[in-house]
Amino acid sequence: MYKYNDFDTAFVTERNAQFRAQVERRIDGSLTEDEFKPLRLMNGLYLQLHAYMLRVAVPYGSLNSAQMNTLALLAEKWDKGYGHFTTRQNIQYNWPKLSDVPDMLDALAEVGMHAIQTSGNTIRNVTSDHFAGAAADELEDPRPVAELIRQWSTDHPEFQFMGRKFKIAVGAATKDRAVLKAHDLAVRIVKNDAGETGYQILVGGGLGRTPMIGKVINDFLPRADLLPYIESVVSVWNQIGRRDNKYKARIKITVHEHGIDDIRARVDARFALIRPTFTGADQDLLAEIKTHFVAPIFRSGGIETYDVAYKADPVFRAWADTNLAEHRHADHAIVTISIKKHGATPGDASAEQMRVMADLAAKFGYDELRISHEQNVILPHVHKSDLPAMHAQLKEHGLGTANIGLISDIIACPGMDYCALATARAIPVAEQIATRFDELKLEHDIGNLQIKISGCINACGHHHVAHIGILGLDRAGVENYQITLGGDATWSAAIGERAGPGFAYDEIVPAVERIVGTYLEIRDNADETFLETFRRVGMAPFKAALYPEAIKKVA
Amino acid sequence: MARAFTPKVITANALLEGDVIYLTDDDQWSRELSKAELITDEAHAQLRLLDASAQVSEVVGAYLADAKAGPNGPEPTHFREEFRRTGPSNYAHGKQEAEANV
Ligand code: SF4
Repeated sequence: MYKYNDFDTAFVTERNAQFRAQVERRIDGSLTEDEFKPLRLMNGLYLQLHAYMLRVAVPYGSLNSAQMNTLALLAEKWDKGYGHFTTRQNIQYNWPKLSDVPDMLDALAEVGMHAIQTSGNTIRNVTSDHFAGAAADELEDPRPVAELIRQWSTDHPEFQFMGRKFKIAVGAATKDRAVLKAHDLAVRIVKNDAGETGYQILVGGGLGRTPMIGKVINDFLPRADLLPYIESVVSVWNQIGRRDNKYKARIKITVHEHGIDDIRARVDARFALIRPTFTGADQDLLAEIKTHFVAPIFRSGGIETYDVAYKADPVFRAWADTNLAEHRHADHAIVTISIKKHGATPGDASAEQMRVMADLAAKFGYDELRISHEQNVILPHVHKSDLPAMHAQLKEHGLGTANIGLISDIIACPGMDYCALATARAIPVAEQIATRFDELKLEHDIGNLQIKISGCINACGHHHVAHIGILGLDRAGVENYQITLGGDATWSAAIGERAGPGFAYDEIVPAVERIVGTYLEIRDNADETFLETFRRVGMAPFKAALYPEAIKKVA
Repeated sequence: MARAFTPKVITANALLEGDVIYLTDDDQWSRELSKAELITDEAHAQLRLLDASAQVSEVVGAYLADAKAGPNGPEPTHFREEFRRTGPSNYAHGKQEAEANV
């Protein structure tokens, strides 16, 4: 884990003191809302439908037990006892009072956390693979590079007032678990034929109103060139990106309008100019950062207790089959803790649950936790012999749900239950789908199926890249839900295809049921996933199931 | 042709708590929509909105929201305003919580 040095601590302390004074001046009337709003947004404070919302960054999703305990403290002391983990590996508090926020930020600073650049037209929280540092399929731990980018981008003077926000993700594994292709810029650590590692850089991905898949701008960038290259990309976009229309301001539109070759040429020209100004201090910094991310000394020992529990206890077995992933050490596992109990709000964890997860991390998990963009919590390193004891404790606190990657492991944005920009609700739709398929006892049979729900076109719920995407809209004053099928959030990324007219709030769950029923009928065999079936047969059979009347009319 | 003016209430968020508030006809801010002044005249609405927006140290983001007359005072006509006057649907938080505690 990265530990703040004196400079970091002083910087955050000073920012918090500044913001405290700004809040005071807002409350005593010396600042108007127009003056205050950009200041609060710089510190992650939004005003939502029913209250303020504080968005705290969990850089690249990594945290330790002390930090998780502090997140619990914030939830309990200044909020309503829970927090909401988001698709950007942040946590949101839905009910803080304006006057309490400076105290919340001070509490966060004590454990090296903050809310800076979680909003506004800046470079946002850098995200990464939630299995970073543990996955069997990764080239190296991507987090030092993510931390380097975080430090470079934090308070970067050129990039504080851009045309729009800019999101960066970093990955280093064969599988993409960080939705790299949906980011403004993605860094992928790769190896070339000569066996050297370097970076593949993608730009112009993004969801929202105009979803785009990122394109490769540089196939192999030498390691020392990373920061000047990223700076060149952001700088080029910051100059030529559109500022006339908010919806056309993101780099995806710039890349689309200019073409990737033109952007590449501009970036290369800019790079030639600024590369000499990077004299190696960044590489020294990276080397220093790497010392913070040394892997723990993994303990050894037999895994008999695991084998015994796996054979004897069907509940444990079901959980192990869905919630464990392969660790780089065969006697360890990566544990995904589902915070998507059937019928509960996806991504919400109570203060008590946060403390339980922190304790388990301290006791069994080398003090490490991760937040996934899929809104779950990961203990990246657990010796297999500890899994039965851990699972027993998880179950006691509503954290033992065995549904990772299944139909009830739904991504849902806050939607109109909280978000001021929403056009419809997302959370209750997720709750009802999960509850329904739990009743049907079908989800393990259905297998891998990702449903993602957004409450408006901004697509924070990643609906475009869902196998079944749901977008909530306001159609003439009534909630209406549009379905897309066949999206893919991995390296084979694809934007889902619209199925047809939307469904009313009380029709959306039955519509999803018809889609899933169709899949179960027409899949080749139980191993063919929903996405594979969709790619084989296309939209037609699903359309027929969704819109039987339309078919009748044509006939 | 100009569209006919539909009745409105003035609503905003309270500066400190951020919760939803409504302007009453005696110039108070109420937490309840039913206590709000239902404005049926367009010119009056604009004046009231100016007054409300000027109260910068109490309220944030005042705007005119569509409403209709009901037996106990103004009621929302759009689901967004219905959620604002009630609270979220996943927990009994927000206004519905305050009401439950009365
Ligand atoms: S997708 Fe829309 S409704 Fe959902 S959190 Fe983002 S802005 Fe809000």
